[in-house]
Amino acid sequence: MDYFLQNLINALQWGSFYAVISIGYSMVYGVLMVFNFAHGDIFMLGTYIGFAIATLFIAVFSALLPTWVIFAAVVIITMFLASWIGVFVEVVGYRPLRQAPRASAAITGLMIGIIFETGILIFLGAKRLSFPPLMESHVYNIGGVYFTNIKVMVIVISLILMLALHGLIQKTKWGMAMRAMSFDFLAVPLMGVSINIIAPLTFAIGAGLASVAGILYGQAYPILDPYMGVLIGWKAFVAAILGGRGSIKGAAMAGYLLGFIEIFVAMVFPSTFRDLIAYSIILLILTYRPRGFFGMEYSTKLRL
Amino acid sequence: MEALLNVNKMTHYFGGLRAVYNYDLNIKPQQIIGLIGPNGAGKTTIFNLITGVHTPTEGSITLQDENIVGLATNEIAAKGLGRTFQNLALWRHMSVLDHIKMAHYSQLTYGLMGSFFNTPGCRKQESEIKENSYRLLELFDIKQHADQLVTSLPYGAQRRVEMARAMATDPKILFLDEPTAGMTPDELVQMIKIIRQVHEDFKVAIFLIEHRMKFVMELCQYIQTLVFGEMIAAGPPEDIQNNPKVIEAYLGKEDVT
Repeated sequence: MDYFLQNLINALQWGSFYAVISIGYSMVYGVLMVFNFAHGDIFMLGTYIGFAIATLFIAVFSALLPTWVIFAAVVIITMFLASWIGVFVEVVGYRPLRQAPRASAAITGLMIGIIFETGILIFLGAKRLSFPPLMESHVYNIGGVYFTNIKVMVIVISLILMLALHGLIQKTKWGMAMRAMSFDFLAVPLMGVSINIIAPLTFAIGAGLASVAGILYGQAYPILDPYMGVLIGWKAFVAAILGGRGSIKGAAMAGYLLGFIEIFVAMVFPSTFRDLIAYSIILLILTYRPRGFFGMEYSTKLRL
Repeated sequence: MEALLNVNKMTHYFGGLRAVYNYDLNIKPQQIIGLIGPNGAGKTTIFNLITGVHTPTEGSITLQDENIVGLATNEIAAKGLGRTFQNLALWRHMSVLDHIKMAHYSQLTYGLMGSFFNTPGCRKQESEIKENSYRLLELFDIKQHADQLVTSLPYGAQRRVEMARAMATDPKILFLDEPTAGMTPDELVQMIKIIRQVHEDFKVAIFLIEHRMKFVMELCQYIQTLVFGEMIAAGPPEDIQNNPKVIEAYLGKEDVT
């Protein structure tokens, strides 16, 4: 039982990473009907920005400010800066190809991702960097279940972010425009809404979320390298599809499901088998439910 | 009276295909103009050209003496041009009320902070918009559906939602693309009544595409007939009704042997 609870916390932590990152895929798909394949590398770049801000803040303010203030400041500033990566990707990669066939628009994301990876390689070298700890790690033991404050923090902050996003989408006019765009994009400009505002905003939110996931990831697994975004990006993409194309709620839920499947497979089987078995299970789910949990039927959308 | 919308010698090519040729239009305030023509004549293309979905190859379009060629759809919409679509462009899975609220987008001025902290200014705007939305819903006889998803509404009601949404943007001219397509005779009569009322209440000019002659003849003060992208006749309903060119285009050439 203790072992089970222990793994439950691990699963929630990994699920949080996947959920927060996969939301970025879903939001962009909802608005523009393309997948932003640069998203994994936006996560990577966001982590590097978080790394830079964290290093700077720890060097300058560690004696002056309490830990949580530094942590909050790093998160907020990183989110702000990283959201501009999202704007950049939209303006440079996606806007010029908005009328192009969808497949062409999708590979611009791949190319921008490769540019980001090689950019980091050129400017920072191939060596791995270590993310500075923003808070001391404590191990707690409640009834035989061991967990660290970092794990709890990852889960709690992810949930707060997702709730804030939910509020943004349900309550604000931009959120309403994003929802409308995912059902019919033709009528949205007629309401006086500019796609050139909503699209970059969507990319920015996705990038901001990914960068916070990056900071949290850096606290839990403090190693940065230029290719760190590739595998986690693909897994989050799987979650976005599993949740149903364009469904934010679905992406978040599928992200957690992915975390659970991975961790509990590793509980039963040797850990080298983890991804093999975990993704076979997901393949099986998709065979029986090809449109994912909350996805729309394929024929119902005009645009492809 | 001064013209609201003026289209002059508009021509448009899709590749080598001439979709619209030398098209002129002049809409005065509060006028109702109809555009008729067989399928594929280029009627919807004219709508798309004026509303900024496509940019015309040649010709000028002015809205209240201001050039609007080359502006984005949202900019033209903000200048006072509302429109509905031939095959409904509604947002499935959004409620009827949300549709009307969304149409107030450009009137919402509060920022991110305002909506997050629910400031008095933001609440005031929200409640004003809600009030205005309900007024529109009532006028279009869809108030009872306010909180339902549009997909669950009968077809005629969906059309009225689309029209209410267009009116919520407070347009000076309303473009209606086949407002009665697929409607039952009862719904048709109701639609005529609603268009009349909208015209009276909002003092809006209306430009509509329609296939049903009865509907056009009853509502419009002026009718244009389009065949293969060219205007073959224009004038008041009774002239159009008896125009041999129009009859030919609709019924085929009379066989005189």
